[in-house]
Amino acid sequence: MILTPEQQAMLNGEQGEIMAKIVRTLVMYGDAFGAERMVPVTSQYGHTVISFGLEVMKPVYDLYDQIIAAGIPEGQKFTADPKPLDPKVPSSLLEDIVFKKIMYTQQERYEEQLRKLGITNDDDYTCTCYLEQVGNLPKKGDVLSWAESSAVVYANSVLGARCNRNSGMIELMGSIAGFVPEFGLLTDVGRKATWVVEVKCKHKPEAQLLGSAIGMKVMEEVPYVKGLDRWLGNELNEEARSYLKDFGAATASNGAVGLYHIEGLTPEAVEEGEQLIAEGAQVYVIDDEELQRVKDAYPVIWKNPEARPQMAFVGCPHLTLQQLKDWTDKLGDELRKTGRSKVAVPTVFTASTPVIKEFEQTMDAYRLKKYGVVLSYICPLMYMNNPLCKKKAVITCSNKLRTYTSARYYTEDEILHIISGGRV
Amino acid sequence: MKQFQGRVVVAGECRAEALVSHGGFNTLASYQMAIMFGDKQVKCGDQNNADLYKKPMIGKALCLPQTIGSTTGGMVLFTVCALDKAPACMLFSKPIDSLAASGAILGEVWTENKMPVVDSLGDEFLDYVHTGMTVSVGAGGVVTVED
Repeated sequence: MILTPEQQAMLNGEQGEIMAKIVRTLVMYGDAFGAERMVPVTSQYGHTVISFGLEVMKPVYDLYDQIIAAGIPEGQKFTADPKPLDPKVPSSLLEDIVFKKIMYTQQERYEEQLRKLGITNDDDYTCTCYLEQVGNLPKKGDVLSWAESSAVVYANSVLGARCNRNSGMIELMGSIAGFVPEFGLLTDVGRKATWVVEVKCKHKPEAQLLGSAIGMKVMEEVPYVKGLDRWLGNELNEEARSYLKDFGAATASNGAVGLYHIEGLTPEAVEEGEQLIAEGAQVYVIDDEELQRVKDAYPVIWKNPEARPQMAFVGCPHLTLQQLKDWTDKLGDELRKTGRSKVAVPTVFTASTPVIKEFEQTMDAYRLKKYGVVLSYICPLMYMNNPLCKKKAVITCSNKLRTYTSARYYTEDEILHIISGGRV
Repeated sequence: MKQFQGRVVVAGECRAEALVSHGGFNTLASYQMAIMFGDKQVKCGDQNNADLYKKPMIGKALCLPQTIGSTTGGMVLFTVCALDKAPACMLFSKPIDSLAASGAILGEVWTENKMPVVDSLGDEFLDYVHTGMTVSVGAGGVVTVED
């Protein structure tokens, strides 16, 4: 890799040993992918996937202490993924002890580190940092140093920014150094589609189920998706963006997709059309039967697969303001059908704090509370990240949460039906 | 015995028992429970990985196509290196992915742990190697699988 004189000086230790190690990390990272140079990070803000102060991750915080102690000049400010704890979310005494005394003992230490390293705001803990209420909204063509698979795939695909699927820690190092190695999704070639996905469903496919099927098939490659215009249209409006947020999160967690193109909808697909498809691209046809096959293949790892659901999570990734309103409306309708005034299963809807604050200005917030739903900024994945939850029959419409935890996946309509007191 | 030529991502040599994943290795899902609760054998917790689920991973020659899943993956690999709970080596049939590379490099630059990493060993490597076989990593990305 060819470095500029300034970058070479940093690597040589002119800004201290820690900065030299940061640059060495970035250089080795680039070398692994044949990067020939570093490019400046051009977005206003970074985003870090690490939001949790886990006891077992002490080596990470020890490393961050080294960076802070070295007095590294402040880099780009950044947002962070959602926090793992929220007192509003139901938990048993035993769970509280496990969370606070065993698992998240480093939480306060880590949040203080993030303040020193440059988090934008104490409210800005969310996986949907790109929503207008949060304000970490890159422009098309911006080079990012982000991590959080669902945010990276959204920024690349829906916003047209350029970001690799960076790991936690590496993303912060890019923000501190101010440059990242140029390879993969930062290049035109790396953004070409190597799969064509033809959606031939009779009904609008569930976003997180379609994303799961595509992620499992294409893994880390770039899909060019045809046939969604029947339901999403050709305008990146609120509804389409919400759909793509959930779709993308599933492609990224069930596979390793960092970028997708939706024919006639996402910015690069609108501009370049089928020129984005690489020569020799493979084809994957998805119909209703294929989606059902994928759904039926999900393992159910509850101790008792017939158990009654004990808890439901909706909002992984975090819900948008419009999604919160829509869920409130649909839940009200479903509860009327089942003759109930409150949900039958303890239910948590999750969204970013800025979105929750705006939602709480509406009458919908009053209705949602009346229905018995807890509204939280928590990360459901972090909440479920313990063996106690493994014994709990948790249901979700998030294919990301299903992938990483023992939560059982149902479609959004099925979740509505179950939490309203209906049977599956 | 058969030799395969790959590309060195992190240099080093070792000899260990193979643990083979034919599907993508989900780093977070595989490690999160084991490292969080101090499982000394570091058993794989990824329910979607039938090859590895519940199998001990510490000190093994982890043979895989690529890693998949959450972008915490590199941080998780760094942590297992820092905690001395890493595989003996990671051997990729395909070119390494960005998350695995991050973790391996963070481990190399910021910890004392040495975990050789070789990628681009080819599909034939994963067809040939089986869990339980002995694998040696030599200089220059040469990987030897002993029958």
